[in-house]
Parts: sequence; C-alpha cells; structure tokens
Amino acid sequence: MTATKRITIKATRFDPDKDEKPRLQTYEIPFSDDSMVVLDALNYIKGHVDGSLSYRWSCRMGICGSCGMMVDGVPKLTCNAFLRDYWPRPITVEPLNNFPVIRDLVIDMDDFMHKLKAIKPWVIRKQPVPLGGGAFVQTTAQIDEFRQFSQCINCMLCYAACPVYGLNNEFLGPAAIALARRYNVDSRDEGPGQRLPVLADAEGVWECSFVGECSVVCPKGVDPAKAIQQTKLDTTMRFVLPFGNRD
Amino acid sequence: MDPTSYDVLIIGGGLAGIRAAIAVAETNPRLKIGMVSKVYPMRSHTVSAEGGAAAVLSKDDSYDTHAFDTIKGSDYLADQDVVEAFVREAPLEVVQMEHWGCPWSRNADGTVAVRPFGGMTTWRTAFAADKSGFHMLHTVFQTSLKYDQIHRHDEAFVTKLLVENSRCLGVTAIDVRSGQMYAITAKATILATGGLGRIYAFTTNGNICTGDGMALAYRAGVPLKDMEMVQFHPTGLPFTGILITEAVRGEGGYLLNNQGERFLKRYVPNKMELGPRDIISRAMTTEFEEGRGFEGPHGKYMHLDVRHLGEATIDRRLPFMRELGREFVGIDIVKDPIPVRPVMHYMMGGVDADISGATLMKGLYAAGECANVGLNGANRLGSNSLSECLVFGAAAGRAAAEQVGSLAAAGANPIEAMLKDETKRVEGGFLDKKGGDERIAEIREDMQHSMDEGAGVYRTKEGLTELTRRLDGFRERFERIKIDDSSRVFNTELTAAIELGFMLDCAVAVAHSALAREESRGAHARRDFPERNDEKYLKHTIAHHTEAGPRLEYRDVTLGKFEPKARAY
Repeated sequence: MTATKRITIKATRFDPDKDEKPRLQTYEIPFSDDSMVVLDALNYIKGHVDGSLSYRWSCRMGICGSCGMMVDGVPKLTCNAFLRDYWPRPITVEPLNNFPVIRDLVIDMDDFMHKLKAIKPWVIRKQPVPLGGGAFVQTTAQIDEFRQFSQCINCMLCYAACPVYGLNNEFLGPAAIALARRYNVDSRDEGPGQRLPVLADAEGVWECSFVGECSVVCPKGVDPAKAIQQTKLDTTMRFVLPFGNRD
Repeated sequence: MDPTSYDVLIIGGGLAGIRAAIAVAETNPRLKIGMVSKVYPMRSHTVSAEGGAAAVLSKDDSYDTHAFDTIKGSDYLADQDVVEAFVREAPLEVVQMEHWGCPWSRNADGTVAVRPFGGMTTWRTAFAADKSGFHMLHTVFQTSLKYDQIHRHDEAFVTKLLVENSRCLGVTAIDVRSGQMYAITAKATILATGGLGRIYAFTTNGNICTGDGMALAYRAGVPLKDMEMVQFHPTGLPFTGILITEAVRGEGGYLLNNQGERFLKRYVPNKMELGPRDIISRAMTTEFEEGRGFEGPHGKYMHLDVRHLGEATIDRRLPFMRELGREFVGIDIVKDPIPVRPVMHYMMGGVDADISGATLMKGLYAAGECANVGLNGANRLGSNSLSECLVFGAAAGRAAAEQVGSLAAAGANPIEAMLKDETKRVEGGFLDKKGGDERIAEIREDMQHSMDEGAGVYRTKEGLTELTRRLDGFRERFERIKIDDSSRVFNTELTAAIELGFMLDCAVAVAHSALAREESRGAHARRDFPERNDEKYLKHTIAHHTEAGPRLEYRDVTLGKFEPKARAY
C-alpha cells in the first residue's frame, strides 16, 4: 500500500476577543481520497486536529450557499472545490472578501439580509388574489424570462468578487439586483414600481461599473451583470421618461 | 418591541417553520412572532429537496387515490384521518406557493405541471425542475420578509425547552455570534427543526440535520413516535451521499445492475422504477448481496441510466442532476450512467404530534420532518414531505395562533432561574469543562458507522442489541468529551457538541424502537421477523425519555376506509 498523500491547508484564524488581526495557520492533513473537497479538508482539521476552526457549511452539494470562502484568492463554494485541482501545492482558505469577519472563515452577511428585504423579493399584487381562483397561467417562455435569476443561492461569492462593493458597501450589489430583476420580470408580479426607486437610488444599479466579475464567479449560472444592465434600461425608461410606459 | 418575548415562537427556518410563521401572521396580524434558526433560514435543509410536492391537481386524480397511495405506501401505519385531511389541503398549498412566486414547471398551456413519482398511481407531483425544495424554500423565505411582525433570530442555537408545570414557555438559546445565552419566551412554541440524518454516516442530509427538535421535546417529556421508521432512498451518490432525485426515475430513468438488467422486475414488476423507496432500497441491497452490483472505490453501486431521455429533456427537467454529475462525479449524465446506492434520507418518526401539530405538552407544537403527525407511517412516499411541510406547518401555525389567546405569558422569575441553570449546564458541561479526552468528531463518526451497520436497510435482533450496547458506550464517552475551543464568538465546536448530545438521544430512541418491533413493516425490515404482524404491531411505537433509556409503549393506528391488506406493487 502506498502512503497516503498529504496536503497543506493554510486557513485564516481570527478571534476578535484575542487577536488584533487575522493570521494564516498551516495544517498538513491526509489527502486520502481523490473525491475530497476543500470542505472535507476543513472538516478533517476541525474533527481531528483543531476543533476551534470556525466556518459555516451544511448541504455539501452546492445548493445551501453556506460554505463560500476565498480559495487561493478566488471566491468558491468549498464543497465543490476539489483538492486534486490544487495538490501538491498548498491551498490558502480565507473568508470571503469585502465582508467584515466575525471569526476565522465566518463573514458577517447581515448587510445582504437588509438589502434582500429592501428590494421586496416577493410577488406584489395591486389587489389580493384569492386562492380559490387557482394558479396563475404562466408559460415556460414567461418563466424563462426570470428563471436564471431565480437560481441565486445567496452564497455571497458575487459580492466577494465585486470591486464596486469592495469600495462602497452601500452598493446594493449583484445578488440583490438579480433577485429584484427575478420578481420584476415575473409575469405574476405587479411590483416593479415599488422596487425601481431602490434600484435607481444612488447606491443602486448605477454604481455598477460593469466589470462582470459577479457573473464569472457565480456557481449557479446566474448573470447578475445582465440583470444590472437590464435594470439600468428599466430605470431609464421610468425616470428619464416619466410619462412613458408607466403601470 | 421586546426581542425575547413572543406570542408564537417557531424553532427552525425551513419550509415547515416559515410556512407556520406566515400562517400565524395571516391568522392574527397582531401576534408577535419569533423565528429562531441555527442557520440563516435559506440554508435550511429543505433547500436540498429535489423532486417535488405531491397534491391532487389534475382532473383524473382524486383525494381517495392520493390517500390510498399514501396509506398503502405507509404499510398501513399512517393515521387515516390525518392522511384524509392532508390530501385535501395539499392542492391549496401548492396553489398558495404558486401565488407567492414559486417557479413551478408548467405544461404547454401554462398550467402547473405534474410528474410521476414512486408509489403514486397517477401523476401528481408538482415540481420546479429538479430544485423544488430550493425554490420552495427561497419562495417562502422571501415572502416571509414582507411580514414585519415576524422577527428572526438567525444563527441562534436552541439548547433547551423552557417548561413549567408541563407547559412550554419558550426556549433557551445561544446567540452563536456573541456566544451569549438568552431566554426567548412565548405563549406557544412550534418545533420545525427538520430531520436527524446525521446520526448515520451515509446520508443525504446536510450537516445541520441533527435531530435537535426531537431531542429537545424528548428530554422535556414529550414522546417520540415510530422512531424505528428510517427511510433509505435508493439513489444516493457513493462517497458523498448526495441525493439523486427520484424524479430521475419519474422522468423515465432505469435502474440497472451489473448485468445491465432492470432488476426491479423481480421485486416490483408492476411499478418497476416507480416502486416505493423502502422496497427498491431492499431490492438493491439483495442484488448487492447476490453479487449483481458494481464494485467501486466507495462500495457497491447500481447504474441509474437516463441516457435514453435525451439532452433536451434532461436539461429541462433534470438540470441540477446534470450539474451534480458534472461537478461531483465528473460524468455527463447525458452520456454516462449515474452510480447510485441506497442512502439514509428521511425520518418518518418524530415528535408525537396530532393532526394540528399539537403535542401532549401545552403550548408546544411540531411540524415538518421533526414531527410525526401520523402521515407517513412506516414509509413515506416521495414528494409527500414537501407538501407535508406546507400543510402541517400551516396547520400548526393556525392552531398556535388560535391557542395563544387562552394562554398567559410566562412570568419573568422562573425564566431567569431556568436560564441561569441552563447557562451553568452549557458553560460548565462544555465550555469551561476541565479534563476530558474524547474528541467530538470521533464519537460522532463511531455513532454514525454503528447506525449504518446496526439500523440500516435490514435489521436483526443481534445487530440492534449490539447497537444499543455501543450507543451506551458512546454516551459514556460523551461525558468525557474535550473541547478545544474556549472562545465565545461563533463557537461551532460547542454547538457541535450539543448537537452530538441531541443525536445520541435520537439514535438511542431509534435503536430501542427498532429492537422492540418484531415484525417487518415499511422501512423497518427485520431479517428475523420478515412478515408484517398486524395483530401485534398495527400500532405506533411511543418512546418516552427516562434516565435508564427509552420506555416504550404502543398506540393503535387510526384506521379508516382503507382496510390493511398485503402490500404488493
């Protein structure tokens, strides 16, 4: 039997009660199975080497959005960042860029939670619709209008990649704008008039300098950059041409 | 507003919990609602559900057929009054989800589409491609944001139910970010904490599925019901246990053994790939034992083959499966069969609750996977659980909202004393504990592997007896755990230790309940008692917590118009 391969993980450690600033701690662990991902490595460290390493994770199948971190400087879901793609080089794992760090690899994402609520991510109707009338009719073509924007798992990779958010965290940001778009173009929704003021605000879509990094790093194929550009057009129609096309 | 005192408090932010919160808000808009989740709600494990939600939606379908399929699927252990109520409510809930924006997949005419599912005699599973749980969870979560009276406590970890004179007064929780312990009081509390899959090693369940609500209730004196009924899903990816949805077979996928044979013809000839999960998981296990499985680096497996469906159908109906294949296995399911094997998936058992979610404790309700309201019996049909979260989440919310008028708020004095005691227990027992030499992860892994071995697809008296003995040993080791992390801020080693305690309590209830049921029914298959025994065991197992271990009693199943019959497909 060949000796188990080993891999070096450098992980950010930071405890606000004890540390002035974050530092990297190096762990060398067995790379015992080719199917191992960065999250497995962190779990090995926490379980068998150092129980104090803190990070979030749950589904380990790329859908809960908990385990986003910077892996060698790139925002990734650690549950599908495979060790084999890095070995034999060491891997550096850090908390997502552009967010305050609560501890170790755990970021503070309350800012996003407020922004999510601000864009009113629910179906807005002018009149309540009784359940007895049954479901709305919505064609597949109509769903295709918003489908990709509805795939957002709120993993925050796009905010970590966004240079504008990095400079100004008042910026509404890629995921929130994509989700606003998701409802604005849903045939069941009558709420764009309520969302567009937030989107057209000084910190809304116009902050975006169209770098497009958000769409590159999205693990779910969402194209927030597209949502932002489309929304710019919408807000123009509404505010530059205030008498045109109002609902 | 006092952020630690509510009319109704919901523990858990998955589909059942959020649905309950909205139901409370809509029943009585003046009520103050708290929602505690140990993660941000959109991380809840509902997010991983794939296939869809069952409801009578087409003209060719009927309540009676859905009820019969569910009851037969349950191997007659479901309570028939509960099933009858469920099938009537489920279609309304699917429409409600649609009005809230759920992107259900559609027919050509724009109506909500349904797909076939295991054990269902007709097409009745509404779906959002193969990310149904993800879309449903985000839909209810985002919708819940419009209710200002729903006050969330995200990343707050509940350690104990506050109970006085057999009445639930709320909970104690750790604010994970600060490490502070605090009490949250409520006139009514709804447990919606999900499943316990992490008591097993090979499971589809995420890291957070640790049976918290079941253990909280159990310790507080509320019994657990039918804990031996553990569902093994036929199609998990080897190594990770990632779920490959039953919808793959609903859409026409084949299960093939190493002879390239659709072996289910020998087990469920009339249903084939659309047989119920318990029977298919046993069929696969038998095929493995008889040498007709593939051998891989992570154990035996079968092929799940969708190549004949074509790329267009796969991309429209099963895009997430293609993504999972590509990202986690390195295959393209359009061109390659998917390796799968049975995997622990779902807990039919749970907190003993009635049709409205009420438990035997005043002021305490339960809904969703953590509850056992009597819907699923000995085997849940695929796609009934998302509907269950909606129907019984809403029912519990309404019942709690209606009950709070008759309940007084908790007084401050006993709460302060209870919080002090619980803080002492958590800090003294874990954080400030001296000595100890057992690592949490090692006890947890030993427990998980023991559960896989002793309480898997097939069980025996010897295996279960050995399991109970081992679990006693793990509980002794748990007393000697050591915690590396003494920090207060975001201490996930502390929460993992408390979760391990919850899981051990649940595992013990599973093992003892399984050992005592000397028959085979639904998911509970005893090699030493291969037949169903209605005379003795057409009953729910009720497990009460005692210091010496579970005390079991039995309660008659509520029958109705469907007489128990032999279950063949």
